[in-house]
Amino acid sequence: MSEATSGTLKKTPLNARHRSLGARMVEFGGWDMPVEYSGIVDEHLAVRSRAGLFDVSHMGEIEIAGRDALKAVQLITSNDASKLAIGQAQYSGLTTPVGTFVDDVLTYRLADDHFMLVVNASNIVKDAAWISQHIDGIGDAAAVNTSSRYALMALQGPAARDVLQTLTAVPLGDIKYYWFTNGEIASVRGTISRTGYTGEDGFEIFVPPASAERVWDAVLQAGRTAGVVPAGLGARDTLRLEAAMRLYGNDIDDTTTVLEADLGWIVGWKKEHFLGAEALRRQKQEGVQRKLAGFEMLERAIARHGYDAYVDGKKAGQVTSGTQTPFLKKAVGMAYLPASHTAPGTEFEIDVRGRRARAQVVPMPFYKRAR
Amino acid sequence: MYPPDRKYTKEHEWVKIHGTEARVGITDYAQKQLGDVVYLELPEVGRRVNKGESFGTVESVKAVSDLYAPVSGEVTDVNRALTEHPEAINKDPHGSWMIVLKVSGGADDLLDATQYDELTK
Repeated sequence: MSEATSGTLKKTPLNARHRSLGARMVEFGGWDMPVEYSGIVDEHLAVRSRAGLFDVSHMGEIEIAGRDALKAVQLITSNDASKLAIGQAQYSGLTTPVGTFVDDVLTYRLADDHFMLVVNASNIVKDAAWISQHIDGIGDAAAVNTSSRYALMALQGPAARDVLQTLTAVPLGDIKYYWFTNGEIASVRGTISRTGYTGEDGFEIFVPPASAERVWDAVLQAGRTAGVVPAGLGARDTLRLEAAMRLYGNDIDDTTTVLEADLGWIVGWKKEHFLGAEALRRQKQEGVQRKLAGFEMLERAIARHGYDAYVDGKKAGQVTSGTQTPFLKKAVGMAYLPASHTAPGTEFEIDVRGRRARAQVVPMPFYKRAR
Repeated sequence: MYPPDRKYTKEHEWVKIHGTEARVGITDYAQKQLGDVVYLELPEVGRRVNKGESFGTVESVKAVSDLYAPVSGEVTDVNRALTEHPEAINKDPHGSWMIVLKVSGGADDLLDATQYDELTK
């Protein structure tokens, strides 16, 4: 339980706000971040029933521009970025030549020849170097780490749209899921994206760091009567897990392929080439040996990241994420299991600190909002 | 602020000793560090535990933590109502006893309320 925060940690433009709101701060990927304000369960339930406001300014932005920008993005990411219209975003993998993850990213098409990748905080430096190295020689395309130009907030939950609408003239109902637009929020120019990491409807808002506090305050103020609360990384993690969204470093990394992570839908199979294309095509044809599967505990126990999974008494995989989820009130998680044992209903065991506890494969996501 | 009617450990358990009977729980500081408690695993009645030995686990949404016996003894009672509703630990940590031990030793060198208060500052 040591959560000492040192002076060398990076701070988002909203750091002072978190401290004055009484957040418990932790180190996350080199950043001093709020893990909870009123409590993980409270914040989680607020997002499912009303809305929560998250500071995710630690996330990175890497922009790729130039006449050959599309060609560059197509080379380094697994999904097909040519399908993106200007103003549209997609989930994708920044892949290695063997089809594993350098990172998982959101690709935004800002203009015909201008893209922005939103990347994980702890991977910013690695990703920027990887991208520059691999697009070198592709023609007219350059990558720039623009992370310091943006503060990023996420307003997530069923009340998000109505609350945010009071602060902007942009008709939010017209922004489709995974689309974005530019506009003013609380008189601050920014970008509003209908995306998120919670399984709820919601928006991610990019604004200049100098205006972050103004927007943060305005959203909380506007959301007061609707019961909008600030929410931390703790609730972000339990929410994304209920929605079965992968977390880099837990569920996926440079040892897990896109197909093993059961993310075949982010592979642009019709693309001529991208890093990892051959490996993934081969793996698709031959079939994967192991696959990420969702599970539910069949007895009272909570499986967590790193616990071993056993099939027929033999060690056969590992839990990558797991907790007791606040909304479903069930112990669920994700684990890499032999592909032969990933059909829903399949039972297996997890070593929970020396005790074998029974679990069952269930379909993902664990939680799906009513539309 | 910590009740003076009991003793404390550096591992953040409290123990309330009455004759040879010791009730054990975790402190307000511990529950705050853990956050929302969602699971509690306690031993069976009759088990013997030594001072400093793990007698169970408490889990919050984000972490799992061992529970350590503040004294040595035999488990004579277990709070089953608390294992059903472990969230009560967050609301009333000093009223949420977990086990009762018949003390056989190790009751010395525990912290009093003032010392524990200092420790958690």
